Amino acid sequence: MLTLEKRPQPSKAWVYAAPILAVVITMIVGGGVFALLGKPPLEAIRTIFYDPIFGDFASYSRPQLLIKAGPLILIAIGLSFGFRAGIWNIGAEGQYIMGALAAAGTGLAFYPMEARWLIFPLMILAGFAGGMVWAAIPAFLRIRFKTNEILVSLMLVYVAEAIQASMALNLMRNPDGHGFPGSRNLSQYPSSANLELVANSGVHWGVMAALTAVIFAYFILARHRFGFDVRLAGQSPRAAGFAGVDAGRLIFVCLLISGALAGAAGMFEVSGPAGRVSIDFNVGYGFTAIIVAFLGRLHPVGILIAGLLMALTYIGGELAQLSLGLPGAAIQLFQGMLLFFLLAVDVMTSYRIRFGKTE
Amino acid sequence: MATDTLLELRGLTKAYPGVVANSDVSFTIGKGEVHALLGENGAGKSTLVKTIYGLVKPDTGKMTLNGVAYEPSEPRAARASGVAMVFQHFSLFDALDVAENIALGMENPPQMADLAARIREVSEQYGLPLDPNMVVGDLSAGERQRVEIIRCLLQDPKLLIMDEPTSVLTPQEVEILFKTLNILREEGTSILYISHKLEEIRTLCEHATILRHGKVVGNCDPRQTSARDMAEMMVGASLHVPEKAPHEAGEVVLSIRGLSAPAPHQFGTALKNITVDVREGEVLGIGGVAGNGQDELVAALSGEMKTAAGMVVIDGREIGRLGPNERRAAGLCAAPEERNGHAAAPDMSLTENALMTGAVRKNLVKNGLLDWPAAKAFAEEVIKAFDVRTPGPANAARSLSGGNLQKFVIGREIMQKPRVLVINQPTWGVDAAAAASIRQAILDLAVSGTAVVCISQDLDELREISDRFAALNEGKLTPPRPAKGLTIDEIGLMLGGAHDMEIAHVDA
Repeated sequence: MLTLEKRPQPSKAWVYAAPILAVVITMIVGGGVFALLGKPPLEAIRTIFYDPIFGDFASYSRPQLLIKAGPLILIAIGLSFGFRAGIWNIGAEGQYIMGALAAAGTGLAFYPMEARWLIFPLMILAGFAGGMVWAAIPAFLRIRFKTNEILVSLMLVYVAEAIQASMALNLMRNPDGHGFPGSRNLSQYPSSANLELVANSGVHWGVMAALTAVIFAYFILARHRFGFDVRLAGQSPRAAGFAGVDAGRLIFVCLLISGALAGAAGMFEVSGPAGRVSIDFNVGYGFTAIIVAFLGRLHPVGILIAGLLMALTYIGGELAQLSLGLPGAAIQLFQGMLLFFLLAVDVMTSYRIRFGKTE
Repeated sequence: MATDTLLELRGLTKAYPGVVANSDVSFTIGKGEVHALLGENGAGKSTLVKTIYGLVKPDTGKMTLNGVAYEPSEPRAARASGVAMVFQHFSLFDALDVAENIALGMENPPQMADLAARIREVSEQYGLPLDPNMVVGDLSAGERQRVEIIRCLLQDPKLLIMDEPTSVLTPQEVEILFKTLNILREEGTSILYISHKLEEIRTLCEHATILRHGKVVGNCDPRQTSARDMAEMMVGASLHVPEKAPHEAGEVVLSIRGLSAPAPHQFGTALKNITVDVREGEVLGIGGVAGNGQDELVAALSGEMKTAAGMVVIDGREIGRLGPNERRAAGLCAAPEERNGHAAAPDMSLTENALMTGAVRKNLVKNGLLDWPAAKAFAEEVIKAFDVRTPGPANAARSLSGGNLQKFVIGREIMQKPRVLVINQPTWGVDAAAAASIRQAILDLAVSGTAVVCISQDLDELREISDRFAALNEGKLTPPRPAKGLTIDEIGLMLGGAHDMEIAHVDA
């Protein structure tokens, strides 16, 4: 019989081995699924993990890697603070949308003024603010009325999507757009465009922001009292109370941080890769970032790697759809499996398996 | 008196990786005998009774029950053979009533009405007052224990194992329990009684087996042996009794003035108008049965629970509205009862745990930045000064044994040299030698001028270290009385909630 035995100390080796093993198991099981779908498994895996970086069309797909990883990492870093403290913001997607709308609204309000030095920074601030306001709602309701922030933040995603559709169709609709839904193209308006900083690298301001966030988060967690409080509250809420951590304040700050970063990610997206507010310019980064945060063990460096890996499966998945005709759902299944296996393998960090009889 | 043997253990050995819990343990329990099992924490008592109760399988050795080989594969088999056990920690559901709780533990529970009648019958027969329709959440610890005992008695056991049964009882409740156990003894039921409390064992038991490091190191008749001799057999060395250097109490440091607070949760206790002063160099002992407001009082003093500003005053400064760290800055350090998850974060290292409460007074955080080297040095200081057995400060708190973690937690507060130290159950679950060193450290701190509030359920401990004694009962505190000369009976009356006894006080 198999039994799980709690380790006296969490295993350091497994903290690193678990994500790698999860990726390997996902490749094996995912390959099996592809085989069942009648596709060559090895080729499919290669198309997803190898071709985007080293394949024949890599010069096109390589910059995409950073474009996609940037927002994932930025959002996941924000979420990781709350997740460590046991505060479950599931609504980053909504905060991302609201940040994008606030930023786009700011940019469009100045159109066609030429003052990039003023407008672009203002839009970034608006992005922060939009996400923060949207995250402050579940924070306030949780602290004041003990509502569940998981439900509130999730439901606010759908509210945000409705506002987004309304904006694309009414208030922010391009007056010169011949009645088509969607705003003016912000990436073609010099004062608001989030441009590629190095040609053909995919590096735009959002990627820089994501890297900054990684470094900043690492520093906060390792060296700052706030990071310590977050970890303490996540591990032992009562001990945190005894240590003087104000639970309400912590909830508020964590949700605001995740909201602000998600909102900023929305700003960089709507002014760059997406370019405009449309009915559905959001592509689920806010949800995928949850997977990225956990895949990266809620650790800043881990999130950096996980974000790149996740972006790879996105791009590789698209390639596989094109070249092998894999259904899109199979790719989503593949990404879901990654989190599933990580959580399963994760048990090994705190437990060891014993074979044989129990006492 | 016992003539026949009920249970015989021969050569029981059980080894775990790295430690031999029981080594060649042999003894016998006679029919109708109350047999004490004595030993320090980690001496192997728990493993031994778990073996008898079918929770642990011995590596080698044999047991015979009533002359028949006895090898219980699980507790159900043990119960079927007539072995029942009352655990130290109750497994009861607060939201269910007594009869429902008992029914949950039965293989084939009868109709509720029949069961309730049976419970009444048994509770009267053995002098254990208990209403089957009461909700367990509303019961005192003593009553909860009665639920567990009656649950066992309904199985008509031949051997009843009791693990530290009196640690949660008032002296009066202990008396009721002992009457019950004596009735059982007369009926021919054997009792295996595990306790630290030697005086109790001397009044109750006719035979004692003493374990040390997993081995039987002695047998005695407790009625003929002094408590001190038994204690020294347990420890294997002569015992150090904490001493307090003579000194005068100084200025009032901590004033609790009309402290009232609602119960923080459904099964919590409201604090009712607690008023007391504690002076420099004084140890105020607060006794009381668990669940009478101890946790709430500690929370109200540590700052985890805020009250009106003037209810808690240090050195003339009102701190009732301040949070824990502001109170630490004002000079008040606290150590709550629960080590794991309250006083310490089990998954964090000792360095991180040192930082947890030491940040303010030890200046471990500067401009929001953590000073890890200083935190590590502080953790090492505590480990060294309090003889905490651990490979080093990088180890997780949960890797320490209970006693070692307790030394660390208490040491962490004492090393901050507070003006006021509030501690709850300082030596709970700590072996005798470690307990003595913790008590000594508390007394030394008091001598250096700190005002100490020590909350404990161990009356012997309080009598040993307190200058004044007060009792908590349903959230109310009796007026403190000088500890010197208080008899156990007087303490029992104070614990029992005789709040009208003030008139009868004779000034000591």
